[in-house]
Amino acid sequence: MMDLNLDAPHSMGTTIIGVTYNGGVVLGADSRTSTGMYVANRASDKITQLTDNVYVCRSGSAADSQVVSDYVRYFLHQHTIQLGQPATVKVSANLIRMLAYNNKNMLQTGLIVGGWDKYEGGKIYGIPLGGTVVEQPFAIGGSGSSYLYGFFDQAWKENMTKEEAEQLVVKAVSLAIARDGASGGVVRTFIINSEGVTRNFYPGDKLQLWHEELEPQNSLLDILNAAGPEPMAT
Amino acid sequence: MSSIGTGYDLSVTTFSPDGRVFQIEYAAKAVDNSGTVVGIKCKDGIVMGVEKLIASKMMLPGSNRRIHSVHRHAGMAVAGLAADGRQIVARAKSEARSYESVYGDAVPVKELSERVASYVHLCTLYWWLRPFGCGVILGGYDKDGPQLYMIEPSGISYRYFGAAIGKGKQAAKTEIEKLKLSEMTCKEGVIEVAKIIYKLHDEAKDKAFELEMSWICEDSKREHQKVPDDLLEEAKTAAKTALEEMDAD
Repeated sequence: MMDLNLDAPHSMGTTIIGVTYNGGVVLGADSRTSTGMYVANRASDKITQLTDNVYVCRSGSAADSQVVSDYVRYFLHQHTIQLGQPATVKVSANLIRMLAYNNKNMLQTGLIVGGWDKYEGGKIYGIPLGGTVVEQPFAIGGSGSSYLYGFFDQAWKENMTKEEAEQLVVKAVSLAIARDGASGGVVRTFIINSEGVTRNFYPGDKLQLWHEELEPQNSLLDILNAAGPEPMAT
Repeated sequence: MSSIGTGYDLSVTTFSPDGRVFQIEYAAKAVDNSGTVVGIKCKDGIVMGVEKLIASKMMLPGSNRRIHSVHRHAGMAVAGLAADGRQIVARAKSEARSYESVYGDAVPVKELSERVASYVHLCTLYWWLRPFGCGVILGGYDKDGPQLYMIEPSGISYRYFGAAIGKGKQAAKTEIEKLKLSEMTCKEGVIEVAKIIYKLHDEAKDKAFELEMSWICEDSKREHQKVPDDLLEEAKTAAKTALEEMDAD
């Protein structure tokens, strides 16, 4: 019988995405947290707040990414008080990088930092496993991202509108969920711009069906309760 | 406003009955004995100038630097005890460096001035330390534009449009107030600062002096640097001409 290995550390297989658009950023993620083959949480929130205007998408080890986010939230809170104004996305990304790089031997987490500040506008920073920090117009991460490189090469364009950007993110996460066993559940998005932050939620069964995907079947009882088969024509 | 604080002035950890800490006030006197230091914020940057009183004719021109770069985008002009000033500059450089290595971005000028002020203030809290005998004018250009701060031996730090410390500070402040800083470019500011320093230099009391100037503006690519030699010469000439015109009256 298949070994579920319920003692395995919680890992977020994950698909995470961050995209800049004309005026801000859109962050997106799936919601599956797995313990080996068992889905420990099918509706997790992988997009975590660091400050009012900066959020981070977490992937890899759930514990590691949570602890790193908590430390950086604490540092940024102090930094904001000292500065007397909101922290910039660049500083947030660099604090994450400081922890990721200095503890690279112990941590296993890839992060995408995205937000809006008054100096640079909407910015996305990718911080993969070793602790590099790279500013990018868009970033993808997690196990599901392997299936999205070609997709973004074709679908990404500069200066999208907010609606185009969000649709791109939802479509991408949905495609990755279709192919990556470690990604699944719902699609969550965050839109961050000068006006603030908007959360959106797309339930898994409302997403568009891709190639060879079947309609969800609810229950055999529906078939029993439905009107009977058509009588044969004589 | 000079008064002796007999009995209450032996330690920086003693208050006088009228609520003053005399050691800090005496430290400020050390600054007042030094050559004048002037800083102004023009519409496109900062200009700082120092009246370097030459102690001996044997000194090489250009020695005894009074203006130091603290980071690419910030500089400090020091008045008062030179050795104390060196310590403050070293601390400011270290703070700017460490901020950048942690936060990944150039230190905002406001943050830097707060850190330096906090360090200067530290030395007024313990009996086994003495206050710094120098005042510092810090000029920088960050994301929020050009900014000018002054840090006094007490540890106070304020932001200014124009500031002066040292011997001729009263006269300098009067001259600065006459300027329309918000309409002035740094190129014009360099000439004005030179004129001010030449004007308030007292030929009778102090013999020779050397003018040292620096700026941070668009022309210097927002980096702190010495005012270019040709502009400096132009400023000196303009200042000397302005003096002669005054004397001629």
